Amino acid sequence: MSTKAKEILAITIIVIFCLIFYIRKVNGGEGILFSSLVAWLVIGAMVLSLVWILILTIRGRLISRRVVFIYVGIALALPLFMPFTQRIPISPEVRALYNSVETLKPGSKVLISFDFDPPSAPELQPMAESFIRLCFERDLKVIIMGLWPQGPQQANMALEKVLSDEKMKVKNLQYGEDYVNLGFQTGNEFVIQRMGSSFESMFPTDYRGTAYDSLPLVRNVKNFSNIDYSFNLSAGFPGSVEWVQIAVDRYGVQLGLGNTAVQAPQMYTYLNAGQITGILGGMNGGAEFEFLCKYKGKATKFMLSQSFAHMIVIAFIIIGNVAFFLGGRKSALKKS
Amino acid sequence: MRREIPLIITGIVGVGFVIQYFIPHAPFSYMSDWFSDWFSIVGACAIVLGALNLMKMSAQKVIRKKKDWGYALVIIASFLLIVIIGLSEGKDFRVPGTRFDWLYNYMYIPLSATMFAILAFFVASASYRAFRARNFEATLLLVAAFFVMLGRVPVGDVLSGFMPEGWRLSDLASWVMNYPQSAGQRAIMIGIGLGIVSTSLRVILGIERSHIGGGK
Amino acid sequence: MRLPAILDRKACAAFFVVLIFLFLLVPNARSQGQAVKPDSIGRAISPDSLSPDLYPQAATRVEAIDTPNDAGESISISWKKSIDDYDGGKVKVYRIYRAEVVNGQPGEFKEVGDIPAGHDKYSFQDGNTVDGVEYFYKVLAVNQLRENNIATWEAVSETLPFGPIKSSAQWFDWRRINAFIGVIILSFFIIYFIQQAKSGKELFIRKIAGMEAVDEAVGRATEMGKKIYYVPGLSDMDNMQTIASINILGRVAELSATYETYLEVPVCRSMVMITAKEVVKEAYSKAGRPDTFQEDQVHYLTDDQFGYAAGIDGMVVREKPATIFYMGTFYAESLILAETGNSIGAIQIAGTAMPSQLPFFVAACDYTLIGEELFAASAYLSKEPKLIGSVKGQDIGKGIMLAAIVIGIILETFNIWNFSRLFSVID
Repeated sequence: MSTKAKEILAITIIVIFCLIFYIRKVNGGEGILFSSLVAWLVIGAMVLSLVWILILTIRGRLISRRVVFIYVGIALALPLFMPFTQRIPISPEVRALYNSVETLKPGSKVLISFDFDPPSAPELQPMAESFIRLCFERDLKVIIMGLWPQGPQQANMALEKVLSDEKMKVKNLQYGEDYVNLGFQTGNEFVIQRMGSSFESMFPTDYRGTAYDSLPLVRNVKNFSNIDYSFNLSAGFPGSVEWVQIAVDRYGVQLGLGNTAVQAPQMYTYLNAGQITGILGGMNGGAEFEFLCKYKGKATKFMLSQSFAHMIVIAFIIIGNVAFFLGGRKSALKKS
Repeated sequence: MRREIPLIITGIVGVGFVIQYFIPHAPFSYMSDWFSDWFSIVGACAIVLGALNLMKMSAQKVIRKKKDWGYALVIIASFLLIVIIGLSEGKDFRVPGTRFDWLYNYMYIPLSATMFAILAFFVASASYRAFRARNFEATLLLVAAFFVMLGRVPVGDVLSGFMPEGWRLSDLASWVMNYPQSAGQRAIMIGIGLGIVSTSLRVILGIERSHIGGGK
Repeated sequence: MRLPAILDRKACAAFFVVLIFLFLLVPNARSQGQAVKPDSIGRAISPDSLSPDLYPQAATRVEAIDTPNDAGESISISWKKSIDDYDGGKVKVYRIYRAEVVNGQPGEFKEVGDIPAGHDKYSFQDGNTVDGVEYFYKVLAVNQLRENNIATWEAVSETLPFGPIKSSAQWFDWRRINAFIGVIILSFFIIYFIQQAKSGKELFIRKIAGMEAVDEAVGRATEMGKKIYYVPGLSDMDNMQTIASINILGRVAELSATYETYLEVPVCRSMVMITAKEVVKEAYSKAGRPDTFQEDQVHYLTDDQFGYAAGIDGMVVREKPATIFYMGTFYAESLILAETGNSIGAIQIAGTAMPSQLPFFVAACDYTLIGEELFAASAYLSKEPKLIGSVKGQDIGKGIMLAAIVIGIILETFNIWNFSRLFSVID
């Protein structure tokens, strides 16, 4: 079969699957869930096929990177249909962030900056939802802003989801009094710097065009000194590094971070130096935070996929090293 | 003069910015505000130049039927679709329920998310190809990667559940992230910080001028 | 055991000397306020229908000072909590009121902010003052009942007004004195070595493998008759990494013009496009081939991170360049770009100061400039003594940092002296 034909076949299969799931969703069908037996059979088949790849590698037949892609795809997709649950261990940095929010008194003002866009939403949106939910549960006042143009839109999506919860409806939360979305402001790190002297100069109106002075929640919020806690959801620049360097180092803001997994390692330096109160790193950090908030969101749901994907990557690293050592031995034999 | 004027502006603004960090009094306190305003204004005007450049290149490709001109046609069509719909919605174009919002939710989000998702596949293929126990240091890295990859997901604790509390894979991963990893990051960041100071000084003093088309 | 005590005494003495010096130099910091007024007595201002038991005791010891080390227009107010401020106590929130001085007396009070109760210490910064105008402040301890998120009743006790006080700007931010000294020392060494280099002193710079390979990479593209791609990263011209990248681009463009190899620069920021175009044009002129420069060589794709990555990936897969440079700021798209380049067999040289992206480039590229190497690359390529001098000065800075780290580790580990506070910039 030619490469073109293989590509067409793969795309056709994916489209058919998508159509089936879409039609089910439109018709209000429930999600598909394998039985435990089927799930174990699938895992067994995957393990066996990996062993087969290992045997092929030992025999000197290296697999192409497309095979790796297929395995990663399967490892990410199939666990979504498996009935297994996992115990989520809580890391100290996530607990520290949760504790710092717990210590805030009801009525405290929390500033959340949405510095990400849709590509990183799968990782950061669950964090946003659980953090906002925790704030509302603890009667904290939420002020939202964004240094990325799409940030406030992501915030609206998170708010919509949290506010649609029955528990939240009872609280009768009012826009402008309990939460406010100030929208996006261009200027990258300069926005943070100018917020140090005046929020209003950067956000003369909110997302809906209401004047800053007309919003009871922020009317008396002049600058960072009137904010009790700040949480930054970041996927790059401008983001966490700028918040630490300007808001924390210059204005002494209490800051917690929610980062993509790629970005999180860099932030540990700030955590150990006491510049931030805690980090939610990637999907895993989001799942840990959801566990602490006693809320099962998307991050918890996707952790099984992440576990499988990590195992697959480890399996392929082992296979790659087997190939490397065998190749090295052969070349050594040739030399001798 | 074509080079001298930019150099003078760079020098004055650079020194001014350093001073305003230490002197909170006016007029220095207003400097960062002025320059951030100027940067936003110049940036906003420059976006038009970028968009025009993209349109010009794509249109030329389509008109001259250059190789792969079909892709250029997709660029023009997408650009016009977003711009026209965005403008037709007025200043409320981002409000939920608008046509622009529909495009954002059902076209932009899935397309962008797909690109980011490719990273997962590339991480796997790059690890498969490049992560080798070539020598002692590489082996050390490989072992650390194993612990972190397993420890950062719940399955790590399932596999190391027999170990006492505090010695499981998740604890090991936390230790690696908090100490060796953090120390390495700091070393790189200190070097980067000093590099930035040094390059900034070169630019402010006008020694480095390649970026304005000068140099030796 | 005597050593820490001696050091502490010395530290205290130094601290008081600095404090007196600051006091003399920065008179605005506290002097505008009058002596602290006597503690206030509670006074109820809520409706009479409420039971007297619902009224909390007022806060005490209200003080207001001109916020130190700031640009003015700010007064800091602090107070001691009410005795009814405890977990489950009557005080739910404190409200801060301000009035302008009219005939030496406080005029009409208006609310300037609130702070929820439950803390041990209270302070509030009123950032809405006008410098030179005198104000009075008072703090209200509020008990309230909220039902369905609406306050049904409020019982309030207030302090006596404190004032008059006025705000003003200061001429130096003393919290940043350590950063100031650091900047002076580092700048001194950099400028000193630049002068040394100017005077003809030979300065050594170690080999940077990635830069050594530039000639080979451009040559390879020439031999294969294929393009060179130069990707200057995601940041705008306000980022030092982009400036460093553009500096390297100049050298690469000169080389490619000399070899008559087509160089394409897809950018994601309009201002980078304008700058890069100028630099490439200039490089072609310098190489004596201005006629071969084409306007479209440097072109804009999109500001969107993954749109940019998708655009470059598409071009790389379709046109299969022989050489790709990634120099500048990169985020999650780094591996997407580098893996695609790797899949078509291009020789790839990357350089970034983004620590989190370095592992990806190292895994997928042939050569990687790590962090500061990116900034030193321009000096390395040009071999200009003045630029190399600045790199030498930067190395001295690194030596000082290393010495500080070693000293800090010893002093802090053995609990001799809190060395790290010298580097603290947070209050």
